Parts: sequence; C-alpha cells; structure tokens
Amino acid sequence: MRVSVITFPGSNCDYDARDAFAERGHDARLIWHKDRDLENPDLVIIPGGFSYGDYLRCGALARFSPIVSEVLAYAQKGGLVLGICNGFQILTEAGLLPGALLINKNLNFICQHQYLKVETSDSPFTKGLIPGTILDIPIAHKEGNFYVDPDGLKRLQDEDRILFRYCDETGRGGAETNPNGAVDNIAGIINAGRNVLGMMPHPERAASDSVCSQDGKHIFSAIERFFNSSR
Amino acid sequence: MLRAKIFVQLKAGVLDPQGKAVMNSLITMGYKDVVQTTISKYIQVDFDNSDVEEVKKMTKEMCDNLLANPNTESYRFEIEEI
Repeated sequence: MRVSVITFPGSNCDYDARDAFAERGHDARLIWHKDRDLENPDLVIIPGGFSYGDYLRCGALARFSPIVSEVLAYAQKGGLVLGICNGFQILTEAGLLPGALLINKNLNFICQHQYLKVETSDSPFTKGLIPGTILDIPIAHKEGNFYVDPDGLKRLQDEDRILFRYCDETGRGGAETNPNGAVDNIAGIINAGRNVLGMMPHPERAASDSVCSQDGKHIFSAIERFFNSSR
Repeated sequence: MLRAKIFVQLKAGVLDPQGKAVMNSLITMGYKDVVQTTISKYIQVDFDNSDVEEVKKMTKEMCDNLLANPNTESYRFEIEEI
C-alpha cells in the first residue's frame, strides 16, 4: 500500500504513523501540509498532535491548509482516510465527520492504556475483526470528549457507524469505563460513505514489538485485508 | 474603522466541565447564590472599513465558517466605531 501521512505544524505522531506502516512493508511517506499533492495514496493518515497549537479550537485552523482540500476531494472519491486523535478533531472541523471533540469531562489531559470494543466489522478499518473484540490501545488527549446532538447520535447508531467504544477489559461499557465523557462511550466513528474513520485512541502507539500492547496491529491488518480484497 | 465584538458560547445542553469547575470554586468561596457558570470566548476583530452592513455580513461569515463551531457553539456580536 501507499500511505501518505500529513504533517501539520504541531503534528507529533506523524513519524510514528509512517513508521508503523513502513515496518509492515508499505510505502509510507510524510506529506507537508502546504503541499498540494497527496502522491497517489491508498490510505491517507491525519496524525495526532497539536496542529496550529490547538488555537481557537482543536483542528479548526488545520482545515485551511492547502493539502486539506486535496484530502477532501480524495475522500469524496471514496479514498481511505484515517484520522487519529488530533486527526479526528480535524476531520470533524473539516466536515468529513459529524460532531465535535470537547474538553474531557474531568478537565485533565488523559494519557493511559485504554480498552476499546470493536463494534462492527463492516468497514475497511475493522474488516475481518470479530465484533466484541477488546483492544488495548492508548489514549492521550485533553479534548477527546466526543459530542454529537441526539439526532446525530441516533444516525450513527442506526447506520452502524460507531466502530469503537470505550470499555473495560471484560467489554463492559457505560459511564464507569468512559475515560473522557464521550457520548455513548464513542471512541471512533466512520462517515456515511464508510471510507473515513476518526478515532481518539492511537493504534500507531500499539504497533511495535518494543511496546507492551500491539493491539493497534489488528486495525492495520484489517486495513490490509480490505486493500488486498479490493484490488 | 469598525470593531466587531464577538461572543462565542457553548449551546445549551452541551457539557461545560470548565464552567462547572469554576462554579464549584465560586460556591466554595462562599457565593452560595451561584447556580450556573459558563465559560465563553470573546473575539475582537477590527476592520479598515466604515460600512456597517458590509462589516456585519463579513463578521457573520467569519463566525459561521471559522470562529464558532455550529455543532456545539452559538455566537452573537456587536459592531462599534473605533
């Protein structure tokens, strides 16, 4: 696969995302936000970090970078886009995903291992994963409290667009296992076209043999399965 | 010259944990009558333009397209001469 990872001023997970795919044998490269060429990717990653210093609102200013209009056009044609953490925030601000990421309910920056439940296998990002699978993938954010109005939430639920929910190691959801106050324990959602995923947890930080969880590899394997089956 | 004074605040029903934390502190300070505190943003934009209607139109566009997030925030503004 050809993987293009966008670097904004303030991105800090771009190298990790690139390396996670490069180590799996893919042609992964960084694309500067002022460029206008995505270099013909099979997957675009908008990585975590603090683009534009999180000024005004997280992700609000990044969408005016020249490369983002290319990402929008690529997504509209069905191209795969994965937004992680700040990337998720940018995708909501750019209108590719509904809702918004608000400050965590407890006002803290939360950096911890987090269990997630895979809710559906009906997406390029979870293809072949068994719904109910529990993944241990770290979170690191202060604005990860996903909010969408009740109508928007119902649409996400009815259209099977919630890919990951926060839970404990047994899969139990609810307020007690919700780290940041996100509605319906939502950790990751997909667009109506099912080609754009935004998620707060960091799979690229759980993809190397040198760290204690490698569960991010399940998501990368799913993307590879989708890519191989669609060729 | 005209100045737009723009106030952006969370819509009713959207969780405001900062407002709640500040309210709890105010109550701890002894202000027992406090029943709600909300944290909002104030943004000031100065224009080299004296056409009030035009400045109003531009300010509204700025709010709709960047300064406020329509998913979670509402806004109001005043235009004044400077």
